[in-house]
Amino acid sequence: MTEPAAVVPRREPVLLRAVKSMALMRESVVGMIGFALVLFWVLVAIFADFIAPFPPNATMISFAAPGTEAPDGSTFWLGADHLGRDILSRIIHGSRQVLLFAPLATFCAYLVGIPMGLAAGYLRGKTDEVFSFIANVILSFPVLVLYVIVISTFGASAFNIVIAVTFASAPGIFRIVRGLALDLHSREYVFAAETRGESTAWIMFVEILPNARGPLIVDACLRIGYVIITIGVLGFLGLGLPPPDPDWGGMVNDAKPMALAFPYMAIYPCIAISSLVLGFNLLADGLREVSLRD
Amino acid sequence: MTTDRTDYDGPVLECRDLSLSYFTRAGEIPAVVDFNLILGRGESVGLVGESGCGKSTVALGIMRYLGGNGGIVGGQVIYKGTDLATLGAEEIRQLRGNEISMVYQEPMASLNPSITLGKQLMEVPLYHEQVSEREAYERAHKILGDVKIPDPERVMTSYPHQVSGGQQQRVVIAMALLSNPSLLLLDEPTTALDVTVEAGIIELIGELSGKFDTSMIYISHNLGLILATCDRVNVMYSGVVVEEGSVSEVFDHMRHPYTKGLFSAIPLPGADKTTHPLVPIRGQLPLPHERPPGCYFGPRCDFFERGRCDQATSHGTIEMFSVEGEAGHEVRCLRWDDIDWEAYQPESLVGEPLERGKEVLAIKDMRKYYELRDNSIAAMIKGERVRYIKANESISFTAHECETVAIVGESGCGKSTFAKVLMGLETATGGEIIFNGQDIADLPVQKRSPEQVGSMQMVFQNPFDTLNPSHSVGAQLARVIRKFGVESDPHKVEQRVMELLDLVKLPRDFARRRPRQLSGGQKQRVGIARAFAGNPAMVVADEPVSALDVSVQAAVTGLLMDIQRTYRTTLLFISHDLSLVRYLADRVVVMYLGSIMEQGTTDEVFAPPYHPYTEALLSAVPIADTSIEKKRIILEGSLPSVMNPPKGCPFNTRCPRHRGTICETERPPQVELSSGHVIACHIPRDELEKMEPVIVQAKKARPAVE
Repeated sequence: MTEPAAVVPRREPVLLRAVKSMALMRESVVGMIGFALVLFWVLVAIFADFIAPFPPNATMISFAAPGTEAPDGSTFWLGADHLGRDILSRIIHGSRQVLLFAPLATFCAYLVGIPMGLAAGYLRGKTDEVFSFIANVILSFPVLVLYVIVISTFGASAFNIVIAVTFASAPGIFRIVRGLALDLHSREYVFAAETRGESTAWIMFVEILPNARGPLIVDACLRIGYVIITIGVLGFLGLGLPPPDPDWGGMVNDAKPMALAFPYMAIYPCIAISSLVLGFNLLADGLREVSLRD
Repeated sequence: MTTDRTDYDGPVLECRDLSLSYFTRAGEIPAVVDFNLILGRGESVGLVGESGCGKSTVALGIMRYLGGNGGIVGGQVIYKGTDLATLGAEEIRQLRGNEISMVYQEPMASLNPSITLGKQLMEVPLYHEQVSEREAYERAHKILGDVKIPDPERVMTSYPHQVSGGQQQRVVIAMALLSNPSLLLLDEPTTALDVTVEAGIIELIGELSGKFDTSMIYISHNLGLILATCDRVNVMYSGVVVEEGSVSEVFDHMRHPYTKGLFSAIPLPGADKTTHPLVPIRGQLPLPHERPPGCYFGPRCDFFERGRCDQATSHGTIEMFSVEGEAGHEVRCLRWDDIDWEAYQPESLVGEPLERGKEVLAIKDMRKYYELRDNSIAAMIKGERVRYIKANESISFTAHECETVAIVGESGCGKSTFAKVLMGLETATGGEIIFNGQDIADLPVQKRSPEQVGSMQMVFQNPFDTLNPSHSVGAQLARVIRKFGVESDPHKVEQRVMELLDLVKLPRDFARRRPRQLSGGQKQRVGIARAFAGNPAMVVADEPVSALDVSVQAAVTGLLMDIQRTYRTTLLFISHDLSLVRYLADRVVVMYLGSIMEQGTTDEVFAPPYHPYTEALLSAVPIADTSIEKKRIILEGSLPSVMNPPKGCPFNTRCPRHRGTICETERPPQVELSSGHVIACHIPRDELEKMEPVIVQAKKARPAVE
């Protein structure tokens, strides 16, 4: 972050180091399965335009069963929904929304949670009391109610979903970072930085934060998974991304009145959500497993 | 099976060619190779060696506690004639705790914090011998008396955190002895304790084998403790025993160059920083899978003979040779008989004594109190809402250029608080700290100029904690250089980083390395380089070598003195290790519970007249020299809490020379015995002057060690 480049120019590039640490993951079977699942969905999202057989909002044959032939001669592999839109194409395009907003919302939550947690854990005292109190108040509030209030007040938009998720996840991140900072603040290198008169911000972000990164990376993976579920739930409640753009949770919501008659409308988006969440969870497990060795 | 063992009168434990390995990602790691041991009844054997030599692995191997990735790959462990490998898991479990007990380093980790000590003690006979509750209680009560716990009733009903560290360790030892084991394994049982507490435990351990007829294996890195507790000793190096014999044979007539190296690296009385400096062992302990062919110590040995010492044998390493005329003294060295120790003059830095220069630091009546708000109703009624914790009380001393001043004291004596005030992390409650002509007592570090901050820096204790693991060595040094405004141009900063690495004798490419790629000693060198980045006038070294191995300790202290010589730096050396202090310091300040008890030159402090606390400290220090006779002074009780210090003299609750009410009511006067030698004690001057020395070198001629 603040490496004086002039002195250590020969440090390995960040990308190379990232690849090397990923190579360690090969030792964890679980981690590799998770990594493969996540990578699969990332590739699907990137190449959605090429993979999807139809445009996501094109209306063709309503309630077409999986395997039905489409008007242009190709096939509805996973069937079509009540408006005649191809479910496979909608899942493929929907992955873009999920993989954009879930990490974005998680990132924003970290942006809020990390500085507060570092400050509380390093400065302790009054700062800690105040921040911890705020975090406890938010954590004691039913999250779902909170989402409904926020989104029904400010309207359903991608931006508001990110805000709502940030608001609800930041306290959890705050607690983790605070705990890590509490443990790290008494290390001698922090004491050494204090004795040479470093600023509080320097100590927090350069001396403490990098040493907390291991558990935070694992937590971030888990948290992205939870946020994906949250976005799914919001979509299911009709508070997700505004129609007609495809949204996995919204697709399940659409299928709700007719799920018994046309189960494929609900099942496939659910499988999509589960597989991606599972991917992130396994990836987190793998990272933890690898980091605990040695 | 148990009945066979009760009337067995052969050796209690026999290890035959025992080899233990760990299996990791990198493959098999042979931790211990060809370990042989015969331990008779009531005998105690010491295993001594530096970290990574396999001494703890031996103990775990005997207990069959090696864990999932370790195992016995060769040889046998025979306990009273039974090969332990033939026993099933349940039989081994019966054996552990019943016939073989183990005491670990951390007493707090061995005790369950949520169960009372009495209950934990009673559990042993209840589980192993199915005795009645009543009998179990009586036995637990009796054993606590045997380990000299003054009030067994109170300790029985206490939880572990309610008794002191020394008492915790006594309880652990009591627990190990409860089932009357035939074999007791002690793995560094006093390393976590203060010196004066350690002395009590060591005395207890020394008495145990006689009293309980228990055989002991005592594991330690401290040769002095081995001398105090053991009959025989095995010196281990890199997984093998390199020398074995009775304590007096090994300590007085050591044959292996490694044993010799160990003794030359520790500050025994007689070592002196100018005329007889310590000799570090060069090089590093080889990793278990990178051991050299032939003698494992070869690459570090001054007597290495190419073509002879580096020849691999069918065994792997070379075998043990018996020393003629000394039964039981064996040595794993091909050249044990033809080394001429008399002519051996190891290379070391002999230098002129340093002339001390102008006064750099003057501390006058410095006090540091912490406020403690008491919100209890009782405190409100009394009107004592605010209490003060007197972490430092009336500290006064001076330090000159090029001088080494040692601050000595046990944990809780206020030396860390003192360092914090000095560095500006806390401000003093009163008094003055004049550093380079300026009063910095009220100046927090943020308000000090970069020059002021840079001219007083610190070397820390824990090498594994002193460097930030996330940044490269070069980046950390560069940051300090910029911060102190020494250089700002990137090229010059890099230049300076390289100079600093040269200064601490590390290769330049270490700048790119991460702290985890460095050994403990190397990290400590980087820590020293960091402290010297701003050309400091004074360096505060807080136990800089206490976490390092003996051979590395000598190298790091040597380096510190070398740099001091070059830059004429003032060293403030905070330590609890009196042997090292005697070797290193010019002046000594002895602290107890925040107050200075005695100060003076090193010779004055280490010779009578003493302050009673200094006297007790000196007698507590283990010395690895068979010709030294010490007065035994074991301090009673434990260190009082700083929250509730005793009235009058802080030391009066434990003082063996207590003089009655005056000690409990009045703070002792500062008695100046000679210029600069001050003792704070009520004992009259003429009585102080009649004191006898604690450490006496007996007449017996010692073979050349230093």
